[in-house]
Amino acid sequence: MSDVEIKTLTMNFGPQHPAAHGVLRLVVEMDGEIVERCDPHIGLLHRGTEKLIEYKTYLQAVPYFDRLDYVSPMSQEHAFALAVEKLLGITAPERGQYIRVLFAEITRILNHLLNVTTFAMDTGALTPPLWGFEQRELLMEYYEGVSGSRMHANYFRPGGVHQDLPDGMLDSMEGWLKQFHPFLKDIEKLLNDNRIFRQRTVDIGVTSKQQALDWGFSGPMIRAAGIPWDLRKSQPYDVYDRMDFDIPVGKVGDCFARYLVRIEEMYQSARIMEQCVKALRTIKGPVRIDDRKIAPPRRAEMKDSMEALIHHFKLYTEGYKVPAGETYTAVEAPKGEFGVYLVSDGTNKPYRCKIRAPGFPHLQALDMMTRGHQLADMSANIGSLDIVFGEIDR
Amino acid sequence: MEELGDYIAQKSGATTGIMVRLGELMLETTPDKLIALLTFLKNDSRCLFAQLADVCGVDWPEREKRFDVVYNLLSLANNQRVRVKVATDEATPVPSAAVVYSSATWFERETYDLYGVWFADHPDLRRILTDYGFEGHPLRKDFPLTGFVEMRWDDVQKRVIYEPVKLAQEFRRFDFLSPWEGGIERILPGDEKATKTS
Repeated sequence: MSDVEIKTLTMNFGPQHPAAHGVLRLVVEMDGEIVERCDPHIGLLHRGTEKLIEYKTYLQAVPYFDRLDYVSPMSQEHAFALAVEKLLGITAPERGQYIRVLFAEITRILNHLLNVTTFAMDTGALTPPLWGFEQRELLMEYYEGVSGSRMHANYFRPGGVHQDLPDGMLDSMEGWLKQFHPFLKDIEKLLNDNRIFRQRTVDIGVTSKQQALDWGFSGPMIRAAGIPWDLRKSQPYDVYDRMDFDIPVGKVGDCFARYLVRIEEMYQSARIMEQCVKALRTIKGPVRIDDRKIAPPRRAEMKDSMEALIHHFKLYTEGYKVPAGETYTAVEAPKGEFGVYLVSDGTNKPYRCKIRAPGFPHLQALDMMTRGHQLADMSANIGSLDIVFGEIDR
Repeated sequence: MEELGDYIAQKSGATTGIMVRLGELMLETTPDKLIALLTFLKNDSRCLFAQLADVCGVDWPEREKRFDVVYNLLSLANNQRVRVKVATDEATPVPSAAVVYSSATWFERETYDLYGVWFADHPDLRRILTDYGFEGHPLRKDFPLTGFVEMRWDDVQKRVIYEPVKLAQEFRRFDFLSPWEGGIERILPGDEKATKTS
């Protein structure tokens, strides 16, 4: 038999594909069923957020952060609020910090619920997303309770949070926390020993410690690879240093390890929520900084105070000036290290606001992770990366 | 932290400036020494900056070398961050850091796309975030916020077409900066007469 020349097949995956988690276009070179190379084409959701922020005051820039990674809005506001606070040289009051930590953890659960369950859907299980989305709805009610909006909250502001919690929310949260633990056990029962799920995820997309460092991994991705690194522990912000929680670390660095890390993180987030709810019952006081040059006055105050009215007007038109300087401030967002590199030139608008999205380096590593795997494993890999195009394309 | 900065400056000999601002360490260097500095930062036992967290550009149009390329590094072993800055212009390429950190590849593509900074020896220097066939570098300060082209569906040709941007009203730049509070050097309309006489 004469030699047969084998030609690789170039295939287009997405941008309209349910397993692409948004608008990902992949150009895949395939040898039969084996992926030889994959080249992600991103930018289909590019909205020029960084450019827009340069034309907005610091307060007007906050809502853009909700719209980056739209499954974990408050974590990103958190990064921006901390960066601006650092440049201004202020800190939020204690109660405000506790509320921020509480909602940052709610955000983490929201994000992981979505990722873990849709990851299960990518590998063929349909029940987990149906169950998980019910819990997400309940959590989004808390978002709505404090900010009036289920997703794009615009709640964390430089200097604290916008409003105090409404009455009865802490009681409601306690009730929710009681039922969440058994719920998570149910999800684990569905997936942990599920034969199909294990066959699709175990030893798929293995990353070593060295690769995880080299490719700039963070969050659950680096922890699943076996590196105990969490910014909440190593560089604590707000009141995370007072919280008692553990960092789950994976052993193998495959898709299944990343799933397990996210599940355990949800238990730990619920633990932090419990501590915050308990603390918020005793800690009273303001939720945002009492400086009228940075935080607006209360509506009631404006009715009979000329001073308050002027402050309100000035804050919502001119905004506040931030001293010249620059900072790179990062938080442990659910997906990994979310950083804001903020350069101020002393005016009321940021000179440069670079957003470091955790999904960006993770997606970059997809080619490295997927080479030599089958096509179906690629969608398992994409699911385990936890990518959202709002933050990658910006 | 200043101690670490001095140590890096002495040992690597590749820095042109060290600063500590707001508790963050910043190093300045030149394009020809960048790779040496990054390699030193990654491998030296007192530094061990194993991760490149971010690369981005900043545009300062009034400067001769108008771009800053900013590298944010993270050391997990020492729980320390450092920022490395390189100044360049539209023509001078910066050597690609992809030989030291794999994660630099996309970050540099992004910087090239948004600012037009060239990276020498980059494995794959294509546009990344903007549209296929996009022209210009949108994050430069002289690029207008509204851009130059807009896109619409043409019902006759049955395809998406590009047209020059048509603004229904003039672009409004909201400038609420108060001239009374200082810090901003700006001449209000009519004030130039006052400065002439005095």
